[in-house]
Parts: sequence; structure tokens; C-alpha cells
Amino acid sequence: MTVKVEITVNGESTSADVEPRLLLAHYLRDQLGLKGTNVGCDTTSCGACTVLLDGESVKSCTVLAVQADQQSVTTMEGLSSDPENLHPVPAAFRAEHGLQCGFCTPGMVMAAVSLLEENPKPTEKQVREGLEGNLCRCTGYHNIVRAVLAASGQDPDKAEGSEPDVVAPGFSTGSGA
Amino acid sequence: MIPVGFAYERPSSVDGALALLAEHGEEASVMAGGHSLLPVMKLRLAAPELIIDISKLSELSYVKVDGDEVAIGSGTKHRTVEASEVLAAEAPLLAAVARTVGDPQVRHRGTIGGSLAHADPASDLPAAVLALGGTVVLRSPRGTRSVPITEFYTGVFSSVKEPDELIVEIRVPRTGGAGWAYEKFTRRANDWAVVGVAVVDGRVGLVNMGQTPLRATATEEALAAGASIADAAALADQGTEPPEDLAGTREYRRHLARVLTKRALTTAAGG
Repeated sequence: MTVKVEITVNGESTSADVEPRLLLAHYLRDQLGLKGTNVGCDTTSCGACTVLLDGESVKSCTVLAVQADQQSVTTMEGLSSDPENLHPVPAAFRAEHGLQCGFCTPGMVMAAVSLLEENPKPTEKQVREGLEGNLCRCTGYHNIVRAVLAASGQDPDKAEGSEPDVVAPGFSTGSGA
Repeated sequence: MIPVGFAYERPSSVDGALALLAEHGEEASVMAGGHSLLPVMKLRLAAPELIIDISKLSELSYVKVDGDEVAIGSGTKHRTVEASEVLAAEAPLLAAVARTVGDPQVRHRGTIGGSLAHADPASDLPAAVLALGGTVVLRSPRGTRSVPITEFYTGVFSSVKEPDELIVEIRVPRTGGAGWAYEKFTRRANDWAVVGVAVVDGRVGLVNMGQTPLRATATEEALAAGASIADAAALADQGTEPPEDLAGTREYRRHLARVLTKRALTTAAGG
């Protein structure tokens, strides 16, 4: 059987007859060709496939496309108007070098957008906890956290809870590190 | 990973969902947030012929004070439970435990009713509702019944819920003034609890210490008889048969249960 879905994606109406078992991640990537949403672990763990569903972060490998019917989805492609006018979160990821290989980046950015929507001025600890559902296997978390703090308008070096011995034991910012 | 194909219905009301359940019962699965069901369907450990999608039934999403209890609609998302001011005042344990479920993305989709229905002894919320002495409200075309959570679970992934029944509400006593704590031990961020211990008002609920969520009755009885926290917590694993897996041996889980119970009781007592 197929079911007709109508999903607003990045502000544009989309529609397709889909199998109920089609995952939202595959709808975005294969039906719409929006390859910015990566599928990493495919088990709700890594967060690479994170998109916004009615403004809230969800892992699109664990949402059926039919469940997003009549709802609004935002992907990495829909955040910024053009490469020269980046949304504040990807702009901060660029400025703070919040990526290494880049595979986790779309999911990290979308999770961060949702986090800042719920908590516009998070502490460093809250950023780390808020990105708990996103894995960076380059282990580049430090600059990702800085990027999210910067995107919130805070100085990453001065944000509350930014003392390395509190939330990032083992990381040294001292000379010779 | 792609689930086995299935038929899909999205009823527009609870009555519509119940009619579908009455017709298809055994072959159907109810999906709310889908964060327990869809993963096992993708692994093809479950292959329901029909999915009844209740994720858009707003009538199942609420948190409200009702007499001596707080009533929570089964379709209420973890994120809503976590942020509920009503629960923060009236049953803060439940909000705090919801905050430890999965990660923010999971909490934006998963629901309290789905978590309870899935009946995984490693889940956080069943043990919290158990410690609170809560009730599960089930509806079917045959009527509505309330089952104390102490009588709800029958084994791993199984409960007294009949195939034509839907969890519509969870009720917990108002315990706003009582000491509470939740101790969850995980190997990595957003893992399942190796062991978890929920404490409120002298009652102790254990996560992942057996086939179902359990009460640490020996600990509770010792506390009621005036034992010290240390002595009572030393009994937390009595009568339990915890699972053995890569996260830990049976004896390790027993040890964790005793240690975490002591910590949780100490926190709940204001220490």
C-alpha cells in the first residue's frame, strides 16, 4: 500500500505517495534529493540525521515519513538563505571551526538550533548535555561546543561553566597543550 | 535498515484507534513516538501487519492535577513531562526521570505511554511510576480499567494490557513535598541504564534488575522499621535476579543497586 503525504520541507510544499515504511530520512534524501541530511548509525544513536519537525529536533531515521504528514520539516539546506548569509548557527560553526570531517555537522547544527530555541543562553554544560544525542567520531566536540556558545551570542571563553576542570576534564587550554 | 512492509492507519480519535485495535488486535501495533517500536521493526525483531499511528492524537497529550493525583495523557512526550510545571510542583521525580530518557531528539518524539507499554525493564519511566505508586489507565471498546503499576508488568516486554487495549492515561499521587532522587548508571551518554534507582517518599523502584521494573521491598521495609540508610540500602538487591549482558554481570548489577540505592536515599533525605 502507499499513502499520500504532504510535508512542508524548508518552507516548500512537497507531496508523494509513499510506502508507510519509508523513513523520513529517506524521504528527504531520495524523494526530494536533499542529501544534506546524513544517515549515520541508522539506530537513533548518532544524530547525523537530525532535522527539525515543527521546530523540534528529531532523528529522521526513526520517524516514518507518514508520521510527518501535514507537518513542517527543516533541514540543513533550509537554514540559510545563501552561502554568504549563513544562519547564525552554521556561521558560528564556520567561525569556530566546529567541524573536522563534517559528517556529523548537519545533525549537530540542527540539534543546536533546536537547543537554542529551547534555551537561548545555555551554559557550556547545558550545551554538552543538549548535544548528547549527536556523536562526532572525529571527537571534535570542543569547537562544536564553542560554536554553539558563540551562536548564542556568548563569548565561548567566558560562558558560564566553561572551566575545563568542571565539564571537560583532561582538556587543557594552557600553553603547550 | 528498512522495516517489513505494513499497512498504516492514522485514526483521528482515541475511539477510532480503539475500533481499529478491536478489529485487528493481535496483528496490529500502536505507534506513538515510535522510538521503541520503530527501532525493533527496523531490526525486523517486530513485524506488525498494521501500524495504528496515534502520534497526532492531541487528546492524549496533557498533564493536569486531578484530586490527589496528577493525570498524564499517554501521548505526552518526554520533553513535555520534563518541562511540566505541574509535575515540577506535584511529582518532581517524574519530570527529573523523563529528563534522563535518551537524548533531546528522543524526548521530542517518545511518549510516557509508549515507554510504559513497551515494558522494557531497562526503561527509566516504568520504575519511576512504580516508585510513585502510580496507576495505568487502559481503554478498550469493552470499557476503561485502572491497573496499579505494581500489577501491570508480567515479564520482559509484556504486561496485562490486552491486544484491544490502549494506555490512555498514567496517574501518579501528588508527592510534591516528599524527598526524591533518581540515580542512573550508564556506560556512555544516552545509553540504557545498567541499573537505575528511583526513590520517592520511602519507596524504591529499580531499573534493569529483573524481568520487570521492581520495588526494593526489603529496603522499603527496613526503612519503615527505622533502619539507617546504609543498612536499608544494603538490602536493595534482595530477591532480584538481574540480567547479565555486556554491560555487566549479575553480581555487578547487584552491587550497583546497593550503591545507587544508598546514594538515592541519601539525596532524597536531603543529604
